[in-house]
Amino acid sequence: MPQIMTESVMDALTLRDLTLSYDGDAVVHGVDLALKHRELGCLLGPSGCGKSTLLRAIAGFQALDDGEILLAGETLSTPNAMVLPEHRGVGMVFQDVALFPHLTVSDNIAFGLTDWPKPEARTRISELLDLIGLQGLDARYPHELSGGQQQRVALARAMAPKPKLLLLDEPFSGLDTELRGRLASEVRAILKADGISALLVTHDQREAFDFADRIAVMRAGRIEQFDTAYQIYHEPVSEFVAHFVGPGEVIDASVSGIRSVSSPLGELASDSDFGLPVGCPVHVFLRPDDLIHDDHSPYRGRLIAKHFRGAHHVYEVQLESGVVLGCLAPSHHNHELGENVGLRLELEHLVVFPVKRLCLREDCVNARCTGCPA
Amino acid sequence: MITAIGAALCVALPVLVVLGFMLFSTSESWSHLVETVLWRYILHSVLLSVAVAIGVVMIGVPAAWLISFYAFPGRRLLSWLLLLPMAYPAYILAYTYTGLLDYSGPVLTWMRNIDAPTWVMWPLLEIRSIPGAAVMLSLVLYPYVYLLARAAFLEQAANVMEAGYSLGQTRSQVFLRVVIPMARPAIVAGTLLAVMETLADYGTVEFFGVQTFTTGIVRTFYGLRDTAGAAQLASILLGFVALLVILERLSRRKIQYYSDQNRRLSRLAVTLTGWRAIFAMVLCAAPMMLGFALPTAVLGYWTLFYAEGGALWSLTLNSFVLAGIASLVVVGVALVIAYANRLYPAPWLSNVTTVIGLGYALPGVVVAIGVLIPFGALDQWLSRGLMAFGVEPRLWISGSIGLLIFAYTVRFLAVANGNLVSGLSRIRPSLDHSGRLLGRTQSQVLRQIHVPLMRGSVLTAILICFVDVLKELPATLILRPFDFNTLAVRVYDLAGDERLIDAAPASLMIIAVGLLPVILLNRSVHAANHD
Repeated sequence: MPQIMTESVMDALTLRDLTLSYDGDAVVHGVDLALKHRELGCLLGPSGCGKSTLLRAIAGFQALDDGEILLAGETLSTPNAMVLPEHRGVGMVFQDVALFPHLTVSDNIAFGLTDWPKPEARTRISELLDLIGLQGLDARYPHELSGGQQQRVALARAMAPKPKLLLLDEPFSGLDTELRGRLASEVRAILKADGISALLVTHDQREAFDFADRIAVMRAGRIEQFDTAYQIYHEPVSEFVAHFVGPGEVIDASVSGIRSVSSPLGELASDSDFGLPVGCPVHVFLRPDDLIHDDHSPYRGRLIAKHFRGAHHVYEVQLESGVVLGCLAPSHHNHELGENVGLRLELEHLVVFPVKRLCLREDCVNARCTGCPA
Repeated sequence: MITAIGAALCVALPVLVVLGFMLFSTSESWSHLVETVLWRYILHSVLLSVAVAIGVVMIGVPAAWLISFYAFPGRRLLSWLLLLPMAYPAYILAYTYTGLLDYSGPVLTWMRNIDAPTWVMWPLLEIRSIPGAAVMLSLVLYPYVYLLARAAFLEQAANVMEAGYSLGQTRSQVFLRVVIPMARPAIVAGTLLAVMETLADYGTVEFFGVQTFTTGIVRTFYGLRDTAGAAQLASILLGFVALLVILERLSRRKIQYYSDQNRRLSRLAVTLTGWRAIFAMVLCAAPMMLGFALPTAVLGYWTLFYAEGGALWSLTLNSFVLAGIASLVVVGVALVIAYANRLYPAPWLSNVTTVIGLGYALPGVVVAIGVLIPFGALDQWLSRGLMAFGVEPRLWISGSIGLLIFAYTVRFLAVANGNLVSGLSRIRPSLDHSGRLLGRTQSQVLRQIHVPLMRGSVLTAILICFVDVLKELPATLILRPFDFNTLAVRVYDLAGDERLIDAAPASLMIIAVGLLPVILLNRSVHAANHD
């Protein structure tokens, strides 16, 4: 019990069993999440998965159906009581920037500093202008700035009063792709320099990778996985997470041992136990960079398309079973379409999901297994 | 919130009264009206509407097309000079041209001197007719079509036209097959607005002796003292107006599909030279000359050399005080409704806004009798009750400035509301949220963010309502307290006495004030183009 206490005091943000509804429909179901101090988190998911509603609840613009929200151990929201938005100590950067058009850059940043003594407020403003790299533009009005500059001012404005938590609601989605990636890394650096805890909402996995320490992948109002970018990409817990964060294909296989499966690409070994009985049908998830073209490999397929990428080709190879897999090939391996080419697996970690069918065997040890042979 | 419901009821009241009479009351003279004049009213109103629709399209679309797609000398200046006739109420234009084209007036005297053929002089003498009224109304109403068509042309993505050229179409084919069809909803919407104004017109048709619904309603109400008959005529007129409103909403919805504001590219205008440039200039200058410059020059000349002044300043004061109070009331009510919608969004509240939005289509005559009928009855009831206490019977409500301002509120709330809502929609909810998260309470957000950002919209709404009240004729005429005169009423009275020249100073005053919102409109259109 005492350990739990210290944990929640140490966490910047704690969501417990949070259930939210929008227009009468439940859109977030029993979400738990803990963000550490100075940690940059991200809620990643397709549109309509409830991530923006979750953010609005943390900011105090959305009532809870169930659960609670704590900030640095202090209760902010329960179904019965909510701290008003202006007393939460939560900052927010909005998708549509939301700078006050009638105020200059420095007045925008100063907007949340009314309680600060004048000289300190001035220091804070110039410190932030330095941080966002817009020194000298303090007297400009929002419409005199470019989109990227506006978004950085919005960031500085939200950071100015030193909020305990900063929320970012798809702040880069209005910008073009190149700027988006650059700004996500830039904002990460700025927030790290200021030592602030933050939670970003996005549907773009590259933005999430550029920005966050840990990413919560959301689907239909639930968090499927909360992990680092590496783990989410290479050790996804579900097929949804695997597909959402990057390209990849699934091949049918069956469990052949405690740590091995047999597949059209041969016997594959895993570095951990599956906990599935031998013969249980599974899906093996493969990313294009897990597969390499190898002329000497005994596992072959028909080349049906190839995409030249300069340093290498991306081949699309169709196996006998009909599955099409992407694989990398050296640039000088220029095979003709329709040729029979070899494939070799180069796996760090085998990603295996039980096939989604109801398992009829009562002695099946895996609760999620849905189809061992009778 | 209660205010919002109240405001909606107020707007709905005249309509409900008028429709209520249609359903629940019988007029003794109704069958007589049907047999004699009803079909004439319908025929004349429809003929006039069709003629004005043709007129505004013929003037507005070519002008918008030339201004949008071609470069010629004076184009920038003409693009906003074309808006100037909006400052004219149609009845002032009608009075001015009648005076100008009088048999002994300067134009016909000159024509007789040069022995102009009679087929040229005859139509000018016959200005007091349906075609004459159509020309007058078209000259002041074409800017609706011009503005909407120009906006539609400018918002069409250049790449759509380029796609047309790349598919082997000539310039004129692209114009007919791409540009015009894409602008059609906007042109239709502008035309429908002009037709609504035509149906609402009273001053012009009354002066020209064209018997339409509005003159018929007033004649039945005052001449025949038949309240129920007038109300029934008014409900038929409302039926026509409702049809127009529905059509207009439908075309507005289409405008959104067809405009592409994100990819509006600047396109190279074709430069016209020689006689083509002169032709374009003349085509764009003519409507403005006839609808503004010429009548204004005439009015100015009459004011300087002939008009017998008298009472202009007291009339102006009356008008300004009335318009000032009315516009403050209208905008105040509109503000309450707009903020009720913003702070407590509820489906029924947005329905209220929709009801209010219909106010702009209500003809002033209908509004006037719609409020006069119930409040006149209330006055009779009050007077009867108070007579028991020895109080002299009088018109407690229906003879007061208050009722007049109430009628203006019904008529112009939509105008104010539209302005405020578009201003308020620019303050996105995220601005409010930012303010709250930066430590401000709801009321501090209103003071520090909304007040500075809304100031412009509020002032614009007040100005537009002010000018509309100043120009409004039939409602003022019917509802004004005894012996209370405004500029518009004075102009009407003098014109009725055939003292057209003496009406010039008051007319000029109305037009001078009426120019303010036109200038404002032009600036906002320009700002939108440069965004």
